[in-house]
Amino acid sequence: MARVVETPTAPEVELRPTPPIEMRRAVRLGLSGGAAAVLVAATGMVATFQPRMVIDPIVPLGVLFLYLVVFGFGWMAAQPPATLEGFAAPVIGLRNVVVGALTGLLSGLGLGLLLVLMTVFDLRGVFIELSPELVEILGFGYPVGAAVVLTAVVAAAVGALGGAVHLLPVRLRHSLMPALIWVIFFSLLTDLFGQLFTGLSLDFMVDLLYTSRGGALTIVGAVIVFVVFFVVYWFLGGREKGLRETVQSMPKDQRMRWQVGLAAVVLVVLYFIPQLMGPFVSQILVTAGIYLLMALGLNIVVGYAGLLDLGYVAFFAVGAYAGAILTSPQSPALSPELALVAALPFVMIAAAFAGIVVATPVIRMRGDYLAIVTLGFGEIARILLNSEWLAPYFGGAQGITNIPDLQIGPFSFSTPQDYFYPVFLFVLLAAYITLAVQKSRWGRAWMAMREDESVAEAMGVNIVTAKLSAFVVGAILASFGGALFGSQIGSVFPHSFDIVVSITILVIIIVGGMGSVPGVTLGALVLIVLPNLLREFSEYQFLFYGVLLIAMMLKRPEGFIPSKRRAQELHSEELAQDAWLEIYGEKGQPETVPEGAA
Amino acid sequence: MTQAATVDARPVRRVSRITPVSIFLWGLRIAALAVILYGSFLSISSGRLSASQWRDLIVFGVSTGSVYALIALGYTMVYGVLRFINFAHGEVFMVGAMMAFYVANGLSTTSLWANNPIVSLLIVLLAAMITSTTVAVVVERIAYRPLRGAPRLIPLITSIGASFTIQYLVRGLVGPSTKAFPRMEPLRGTFELGGFVILRSQVVVIVAALTMMLLLYLFVEKTRTGKSMRAVSEDAETAALMGIDVDRTIVKVFAVGGAMAGVAGALWGLVFPSLNFFSGFLPGIKAFTSAVLGGIGNIVGAMLGGVSLGIFESVGPSLVLAGYEIPAFSQLKDVVAYSALVLVLIFRPTGILGERLAQERG
Repeated sequence: MARVVETPTAPEVELRPTPPIEMRRAVRLGLSGGAAAVLVAATGMVATFQPRMVIDPIVPLGVLFLYLVVFGFGWMAAQPPATLEGFAAPVIGLRNVVVGALTGLLSGLGLGLLLVLMTVFDLRGVFIELSPELVEILGFGYPVGAAVVLTAVVAAAVGALGGAVHLLPVRLRHSLMPALIWVIFFSLLTDLFGQLFTGLSLDFMVDLLYTSRGGALTIVGAVIVFVVFFVVYWFLGGREKGLRETVQSMPKDQRMRWQVGLAAVVLVVLYFIPQLMGPFVSQILVTAGIYLLMALGLNIVVGYAGLLDLGYVAFFAVGAYAGAILTSPQSPALSPELALVAALPFVMIAAAFAGIVVATPVIRMRGDYLAIVTLGFGEIARILLNSEWLAPYFGGAQGITNIPDLQIGPFSFSTPQDYFYPVFLFVLLAAYITLAVQKSRWGRAWMAMREDESVAEAMGVNIVTAKLSAFVVGAILASFGGALFGSQIGSVFPHSFDIVVSITILVIIIVGGMGSVPGVTLGALVLIVLPNLLREFSEYQFLFYGVLLIAMMLKRPEGFIPSKRRAQELHSEELAQDAWLEIYGEKGQPETVPEGAA
Repeated sequence: MTQAATVDARPVRRVSRITPVSIFLWGLRIAALAVILYGSFLSISSGRLSASQWRDLIVFGVSTGSVYALIALGYTMVYGVLRFINFAHGEVFMVGAMMAFYVANGLSTTSLWANNPIVSLLIVLLAAMITSTTVAVVVERIAYRPLRGAPRLIPLITSIGASFTIQYLVRGLVGPSTKAFPRMEPLRGTFELGGFVILRSQVVVIVAALTMMLLLYLFVEKTRTGKSMRAVSEDAETAALMGIDVDRTIVKVFAVGGAMAGVAGALWGLVFPSLNFFSGFLPGIKAFTSAVLGGIGNIVGAMLGGVSLGIFESVGPSLVLAGYEIPAFSQLKDVVAYSALVLVLIFRPTGILGERLAQERG
C-alpha cells in the first residue's frame, strides 16, 4: 500500500481493477430495505396514502411510495463503488441489475412475511395500522400465497430497475429521473399548480392535466409533464455551470446589471404570488416565511457561531407574547394597546434581554451541554407560560387572544395574502443581515469561534461578546417571527411553542445547509410547504424530519446548498481522510486520523 | 472552587479575574440558593405537610430516582466511551416501557399474572430488556457508527433525529393513544420499614433497580468485557493498541445501556401506569440530569445522581414552591426538574463524583 503513496498520481502506474460490488452488502441492504418497507406499511403510510392517486387511475400513492422505498434500496445496493486513485473505473453491467434485483427480492420477502403474519395472526391489538385493507393493498387483492409470490416478484423487478438506473448513460439518467420526480410533484402539489394555472387564467391546463376529483394527474397529463420536463432537462441539463461561468466572467458593472435585473424580476414575481396563489397557498407561504425568518436567525446562532440552541422556540415565544401583550386589548395584566409597528422596538428589547439571559450562563459551557441547557430554558419558558401561576400576566393555557391586525399607515393587513408582504419584508431583512454580517468583523469572530474557541480567543476575539451578540441577533430575528405570527393568527397559546418547533427549525437549516441563505430558504420551502400542501403526509411529518436529520448527517452534513466555506472545510477533511486511507488501508483504527474539526 | 477547577483544566486562564460574567454567575448562584432556602423555610415553618407526608415524598422520590438512575447509566456509559450525549436514549427507555406494557397487558388476562407475580414480572422485564437492547444496538449501528471521529455536534444532531424517528415510528405503529399499565393486585398494599410506609410496588422498583445496578457494577468491574469497556472509556486509542476491538466494545456498551433502560421502562409502568409515544422524553432529560449530577462517565455517580434528583424532584415542589404559595404548583413540577438540569450544568458540570468534562474541549 505504501508504494501507492510514494507515486500517487504517476500515470505510468498500472490501474488495478475496482473490485465488484459485494453480494454481502446487497444482502444487508436488502434486509434493511425489507425492514424499511415493513415499517412503512405498518406505520400506516401505505394505507393512508393509498386513496390518493398519483396518476388516475393506474398509480395510487400508497403502493408507489412503498415501492419507491424498494427502488431506492435497489439503487443504493447497485451503486458502483467510488473510483479510488490507482484503480480503474468500475465496470457497470448486468451485475448491478442482479444486485438490485436481489436487494428488491429480499425487501419483497420482508413484505411477504408481513402479509403472512397479518393473515395468520390478528396483530391489530398491538399494531393498530395492520388492517385488512392493508392486506388487500399489499397483496394486490390476491389470496395470501399468490400475494407473497407476487410481492416478491414485483419487489425484485423494482429493485432490478433501481439497479438498472446505473446502466443508463448519464445524460439520459439526468433527464429521466428529474422528469419522473416532476411528474410526482405535479400530481402531489395539485393545490399549488392548480392555483397557479387558475391564477394565470390557464384553466384549460388544469382540465388537461388533472382529473376533476381528488386532483390527481390524468394519464395524458402525466405524459405531458414527463415529456416537457424530459425535453427541458435533456437540452438544458448540465448547462447551469456554463451559465454561472459566463456570469462570473463578465466585467463587474455588467454583472451587477444582470444581478439587479434578476432581483427585479424575482421581486415582481413575488409581488404577484399572493394574488396568483389564493388564500390557502398564501397561508402556507406565510407560515413558511415565519419559519424561514426564524431559521435565518438560528442559522446565525448555529451556522455561524456554532452554538447548538435547542430552545430557540423560547425567543419565538418571547416575540409572540411581547407583541400580544403590547397590542391586544385582551392582555390580562398590562395592556397598552399599541400598534404592532410601535410595539416592535419593545419586542426587540424583550428578545435581546431574553437572549442575554439565556446566553450569559452558558458562555463557558461546552457545545453539547449548551444544547441541553438551552433545551431546558425553552421548556421552562413553555411550562411557565402555560402555568396558572403566571396566568394573570400571560393568560395561562387560554393564551392571549384578540391581537389586532398589522397596520402600517393607511395599509391594513388582515388576510394571509396581505401578510405575505410584511413577512417577506422581514425575511428579506433577515437575509440581508445574514449576508452583511457574514464578512463583517462580527461574522468573522463568530466563525473563528465556531472553528476553535481557544484559538479565536487567543487571536483577540472576545468570546463573551461574540456569544452574547450571536444569541441576541438570533433572538431578535425569532421575536420578529413571533410577533408576526401572533398578529397573523390573532392569538397566542403556549402550546404553539413546543420543542418540536425548535427541532423543525434545526432540521430546516441542516437540510438546507448551515450558514447558507439559499440553502435555508430552500429548506424552509420544502420542509414547511410540502407537508402542509400534502395533507396525507402531515401525519408523518415529524417521522420524515427525524429520518431526514439522520440521513443528512450521515450522507451530506453540509446540507443541500452548502455555504462555500463549510463545503471547503468538509471537503478538505475528506481529502485528509482519503490520504490517510491510502496509507493505512481500510482496517486501521480511526483514532489516529488527523482530526481537523473535532 | 469552580475558579480553581477552571485553572486546572485550562492553565491559560488567569487565576482571579473578576469579569462581569463571573459576577453574574455568582449572583445567579446566590439568588438560586436564596430562593430555595427561603422557600423551604417558609413551607417548613408553615407546617403544611406532616412528617409522614414528607417521608412519603422522599420514598416516592427514591423510587422514581432509582428508575432515573437506571436510565442514567446508559447516558453515562455511552458518554464515557464516545463523549457524546445519546439524545435517543430516552426513546430506548420508552420502547422498553411500551413492550413491557404490551406483554403485561397480554399476561394480565392469564392466571399467571394473578398467581405468580414474580414470574410474570420477570417475563415483562426480560421482554423490555430485549426490545430496548435491540433498539439501542440498531440505532448505534445505523446512526452513530458511521460518524466516529466526526465533529462533536454531528452525532448529537443525529441522535436528536434518531429520537424523533423512534418516537414517531412508535406513534405510527401503536397509535398515539395513552396506554394504561395493568394493575398487579399483589403489589397494591404497603410495607413498613423503620417508620417509612412504602408501597409494595415502590419496594419492587427500588429492589429491582438496586439489583440491576449491582449486577452492572459487578459486570463492569469484574468481567473481561467490563474491563475492556473501562479501557475504551479511559483512552480508546491506547485500548485499540492493546488489542481491544473498540467498535465491538462500543456496541456492548450500547447493549448494556439499552438493557438497563429496558428494565427502567418496565419498572416505570409500576410507578406511573400511563404511557404514550412521548413518554420517553422527560424521563430521558431527567436521567441525563442525573448522569451529569453524579458526574458524567461515572457509573456509581449516575446511581447517586438519579436518587438525588428523584428526591429533589419529588420534595422540591412542595418544599420550595409551596412556600411561596404559588397556585397549582404541581404544574411546575417539571420546571423544578429543568431548573435542576440548568443549575447543575451551569454550576456543577463536574457532578458529585465526576471529573471536569463540561468545559474540556474535545
